[in-house]
Amino acid sequence: MALQIENVTKRFGDFTAVDQLNLTVDKGSMYGFLGANGAGKTTTFRMILGLLNANEGQITWNGKTISYATSPEIGYLPEERGLYPKMKVEDQLIFLGELRGMKKADAKKAIDYWLERFEVSQNKNKKVEELSKGNQQKIQVIAALMHDPKLLILDEPFSGLDPVNVEMLKKAITDFRNNGATILFSSHRMDHVEELCERLSIIHRGKQIVSGSLRDVKRSFGRQNVRIRSDHDLSNLDNVRGVISVAHSVEGAIFQIEDEEVANDLLSAALQAGPIRHFEIEEPSLQDIFIAKVGKEYA
Amino acid sequence: MREFWIIFKQAFASKAKSKSFIITTALMIAVIFLLANISKIIDTVQDVTGTGDTQSVLQVVDTSGMLVDRLEAQLSAGGSNLTAEEAKESEKVLTDKVSSGDIDSFLSLSVDEQGTIHANYTTMSMMDFSMPQRIQDALQSIQTEMKAEELSLTGAEVQTLFTPIQFEQKNVSPSAKSEEELNQARFLVYVLMFVIYMAVIMYASMIAMDVANEKSSRVMEILISSVSPVKHMFAKVLGIGSLGILQIIIYGITGFIALKTSATEVPGGFSDFFSIKDVSMSTLVYAAVFFVLGYFLYATLAALLGSLVSRAEDVQQMIMPMTMLIVVAFIISATGLSNPELGYVTYASYFPFFAPLVMFLRVGMLDLPMWEPLLAIAIMLLTIFVLGWFGARVYRGGVLMYGPSRSLKDIKKAIQLGKE
Repeated sequence: MALQIENVTKRFGDFTAVDQLNLTVDKGSMYGFLGANGAGKTTTFRMILGLLNANEGQITWNGKTISYATSPEIGYLPEERGLYPKMKVEDQLIFLGELRGMKKADAKKAIDYWLERFEVSQNKNKKVEELSKGNQQKIQVIAALMHDPKLLILDEPFSGLDPVNVEMLKKAITDFRNNGATILFSSHRMDHVEELCERLSIIHRGKQIVSGSLRDVKRSFGRQNVRIRSDHDLSNLDNVRGVISVAHSVEGAIFQIEDEEVANDLLSAALQAGPIRHFEIEEPSLQDIFIAKVGKEYA
Repeated sequence: MREFWIIFKQAFASKAKSKSFIITTALMIAVIFLLANISKIIDTVQDVTGTGDTQSVLQVVDTSGMLVDRLEAQLSAGGSNLTAEEAKESEKVLTDKVSSGDIDSFLSLSVDEQGTIHANYTTMSMMDFSMPQRIQDALQSIQTEMKAEELSLTGAEVQTLFTPIQFEQKNVSPSAKSEEELNQARFLVYVLMFVIYMAVIMYASMIAMDVANEKSSRVMEILISSVSPVKHMFAKVLGIGSLGILQIIIYGITGFIALKTSATEVPGGFSDFFSIKDVSMSTLVYAAVFFVLGYFLYATLAALLGSLVSRAEDVQQMIMPMTMLIVVAFIISATGLSNPELGYVTYASYFPFFAPLVMFLRVGMLDLPMWEPLLAIAIMLLTIFVLGWFGARVYRGGVLMYGPSRSLKDIKKAIQLGKE
């Protein structure tokens, strides 16, 4: 029960930014926090950090409310880059480390370690504005991790990074989790959340519309995907009862279906059109769930 | 408290180490040395180029036929590098020569039946002030001599005619200083007033800029998640304030050394400035007090305003009202320099945003009873306190506010957000 958010509501005037939010992130686990832009993610993060107070409900960290006294235990990576563009990487990280309660010497050691690990040591004495977008993001991540926080709040940690660097950062973050850190993680990349998070929430216009473990979320969604590859025309399969949506491609089509029964109907219908090369019943992806729940306008 | 000093250190050091700060400071030091040695430099330049010391010849058309020699004698007696010479051409030819630029000027002289000298100086140059003045002075003496001869007066008798009366001005107003003191004070007050004005305007906008930059680069989010916005604000104000004081001390020391080492003597000016008398000593102390208070007053206001904008480009527009206040204060005190006892100057000196300049002007120029500057200081302290309290509330919300905020109306929104 490391991080606990109970019935939290936040209103700005008439506008309800967060409505009755409940979530618990256990020690040593990673929680995915999903939502379209403007859904209330940043407001939630700011409430966790103590920058805003909730109108209702409470947020606790190990049973205590979060205050500036707990700030050394928290690592925060804001969605948009939060670094001084004109300051040198090392000076900047020392400053941010000291603010999180580190001693200068320890900060220096940590900086050397992380720069080395993220393969950006050569940038130590450069100004942040001189770095590439990906390298700036690495510095940002170092700023969130260097003081060895117990609670990590990561808002879009992988934005602007190439696949190689994404893997490097993922490794660093999962290492933190394995060492017992509590991590709350938001991303627009559903595949990352699927890969990293045991539990997740989707919020839409301040309301928590989906929450629970990844498996439960997928199971309770009900719908599944059927992927068929065939050289023949599959367009008459669109009208099979129980098919919710179809996406045709060169190789065949992917059908979203209500339940497993429909898969059999689809298979026989496909075989009527001609021989097939591939047939598979898939779990719904988080992407599918997100789009179905939040709406297509976001995709 | 630890975070406070970290922010303080950062605000101070990152500016102090920045290239722009080092360059500006170095440049100012150079300018101060240059100004202190300006007359020496001009002399040297003139020695090298040879200008300024040339012997110039004035063409004179003299209808009386007796004035040229006396003028020549008078000019050379006065140690002038100007010599008069009887013109060989007619007045008309000379006029043409002047307008075509062949010669700079010429003089035509005549004496009427009363024995009064009539002189006509013809030139193309609008900026020729000293030459006609010298000629006029010389001719005046010649005329005096001529009249004295006419009245058969001796030189000593003429002298007695010109004995100046002994005139002394005494002001019995309790706040007035003696004329001598006032002249000394005026220069000192003017210099210090200017320093306060420049420093307040410069460092206050530096703070607003800094805050807006931290917001636009979103470092603010990280900062205020580890240190409270209020602490952040005051650490920043204090950090940049210390930087300002350091810079001014550097300039002060530089100015002192520059003047001590240079041979330049500006009459009634710099030499009095540093012969620290009671008057200038207390004025310096007041200058320091009003600088510090003025700085905090405007810096707090600037931090408040800076927290409202989300882009550095909008800062200037947002701090415009603040800049206007300080400019008005400067204008009031500049007009008050010649007459510090004007009614509106007195009233303005108690208005907190004008007091740093206007009350300083009054206290420097007049012998005020102690309570007057103290009252202004108390008013300023109170305003700083109120502004700090109010600013902190705005700041709390302002730093979280993004979007096209460019008007003072956003203050309300920021306070609302800060409460939440």
